[in-house]
Amino acid sequence: MTFKHSFTTALKGVGTHKSRSALTILGIVIGITSIILIMSLGQGAQDLILNQIQGMGSKTIVVIPGREPKGPSDAAQVFSDSLKERDLEALKRKTNVPTLGAIMPLVFGGDTGIYGGETYRLTIFGSTDLIAKIFDIAVSEGSFFTEEDVKGRADVVVIGSKVKEELFGSGEALGKKIKIKNRSLRVVGVLAKKGQVSFFNFDEAALIPYTTAQQYIFGIKYFHRFIVEAEEEAMIAQTVGDIERTLRNEHDITNPEKDDFFVETQADLAARLSTVTDVLTLFLVSVAAISLVVGGIGIMNIMLVSVTERTREIGLRKALGATDGNILTQFLLEAIMLTGVGGAIGIMLGGAFSFAASVVLTRVFELAWVFTLPFSAVAIGVAVATGVGLVFGIYPARQASRKSPMEALRYE
Amino acid sequence: MNLIAVSNLTKSYFGDDVETPVLRGVSFEIARGEFAAIMGPSGSGKSTLLHILGFLDAATGGEYRFDGKTMDDYSPDEIARVRNEKMGFVFQAFNLLPRATVLENVKLPLLYSTVKESEWNGRAMKAIEAVGLGHRAHYRASQLSGGEKQRVAIARALVNDPQIIFADEPTGNLDSKSGQQVMEILQKLNEEGHTIILITHETYTAQNAQRIIKILDGKVESDEVVNHRRAANHFIK
Repeated sequence: MTFKHSFTTALKGVGTHKSRSALTILGIVIGITSIILIMSLGQGAQDLILNQIQGMGSKTIVVIPGREPKGPSDAAQVFSDSLKERDLEALKRKTNVPTLGAIMPLVFGGDTGIYGGETYRLTIFGSTDLIAKIFDIAVSEGSFFTEEDVKGRADVVVIGSKVKEELFGSGEALGKKIKIKNRSLRVVGVLAKKGQVSFFNFDEAALIPYTTAQQYIFGIKYFHRFIVEAEEEAMIAQTVGDIERTLRNEHDITNPEKDDFFVETQADLAARLSTVTDVLTLFLVSVAAISLVVGGIGIMNIMLVSVTERTREIGLRKALGATDGNILTQFLLEAIMLTGVGGAIGIMLGGAFSFAASVVLTRVFELAWVFTLPFSAVAIGVAVATGVGLVFGIYPARQASRKSPMEALRYE
Repeated sequence: MNLIAVSNLTKSYFGDDVETPVLRGVSFEIARGEFAAIMGPSGSGKSTLLHILGFLDAATGGEYRFDGKTMDDYSPDEIARVRNEKMGFVFQAFNLLPRATVLENVKLPLLYSTVKESEWNGRAMKAIEAVGLGHRAHYRASQLSGGEKQRVAIARALVNDPQIIFADEPTGNLDSKSGQQVMEILQKLNEEGHTIILITHETYTAQNAQRIIKILDGKVESDEVVNHRRAANHFIK
């Protein structure tokens, strides 16, 4: 018997009991739908995060105070006041870090901004004018503060579009003074609407010179970050090495294990976050896989019922010359066809749900979410579905093939 | 060499360590081209005998040679091949696939054969026409009357041009008119050279054969030529 005829025979077997076949594959459909949905959304989330990181530019290096966290219990180490003005000056020196293109210190925090009777909870960034270049943001009105503003601790602020809306409504904002921590800051610029960039939403931000922020708003003498740009992407490794050496020198550290800072490149960050989403996706897929086992047992159950019901048919086929192998192939193919179709439906449904989710995420939550259906997800879906058919179909198929034709024919 | 040679055949079923003998030493031979009836009341062991003759079941003792060979001479797959190519079966309950068409039902043995697919339709149609059902070829089996169903079953038994046709109570589920039609077809096939073994409990039906082997309590009670054979009324349309 050729495979083609085994296939058409199995196809007829499945087609004869359409509603039962449909019910049988429900478990597989749900399982595969979940897996595809999770993998698709996981990939989408990863792409989104990576895109935001890349929004900062691939030449960007971030220096973070505190020891690099090695695990969840290490989190407290992140808060440290180890990055000082002195360090900034040292890093700026060409002799220390020759490949450094630009460096920008950053302090940030949350506080309330007040204008007239209106208040708004702001994210405050204290930085230099480089922030516009590094995060690729621009003003729609007015201008950024200048180097002189930074040097002179000027009371100036550039506000996000949402901040302007909340505090000034449709009125003029430029030149007005808003109060943060009882300090009056003159609005010199309003940012163009931008949305989320690299975890920061600049629409809700107030940007002020870091000197002003350190002295009058936060009352601190250290920095939360140094944002460094290497001259070229190829020089990142060298730049990182120079930064580490310079800071260790400044901090009198001889053993790198005792570093009170750590340097992170965009590649490091991307890799770390990818690991997080990968692990999360894997975990959720494992959970969904349990439903596939349940679905597989359902298939096995129905196949066993089907084998019993069709005892006469099996007996007849054997009497007419079907070998045990012919019968085994027929029933195994029926099981694989059922799970295969279930898998195909699951892939389509999972893709459709994921697409619907991407529409909601972009329209309602205004995320730069891109719908992706990874090929690996489709391949896994097909492989797992047919695999389930094979694994859970083999036992009923063997039962069928072992039936004695005589007993099968006697069966009423 | 006769097509079928049975000598001192025994068959017992074992349940709960209790041996239930069904055949207690059966011997006979059937030549090529014969039309023999195996007759006996229910429980006599005639169906068990047919299963052994059709290589559907193994004997407990004695020897059965079909075309000179015993079941032990073949592997399981070769036995399936023998059933497919050399034997045709007609059952009391027809055993057609109800949702398949007449043509599909008749083609079923070809599916498991080495016959080229290009010949399938031609062979199946020839068999269907031989039982007078050419006009029903594309009907579903479930749409046919009992007599027609049994004729389809005969066509299915014929399609691989077997050396022997086993008919197990072929008229058991039919009214007398349809039953007679089925018997007439079997007689005609016999006249054309097919060896036929008919299993029945009715003398009336058995008298269609040339020879009646009577089985009682697992033994051959008598083995006689039919003197007043029922006339075959050629042919039915």
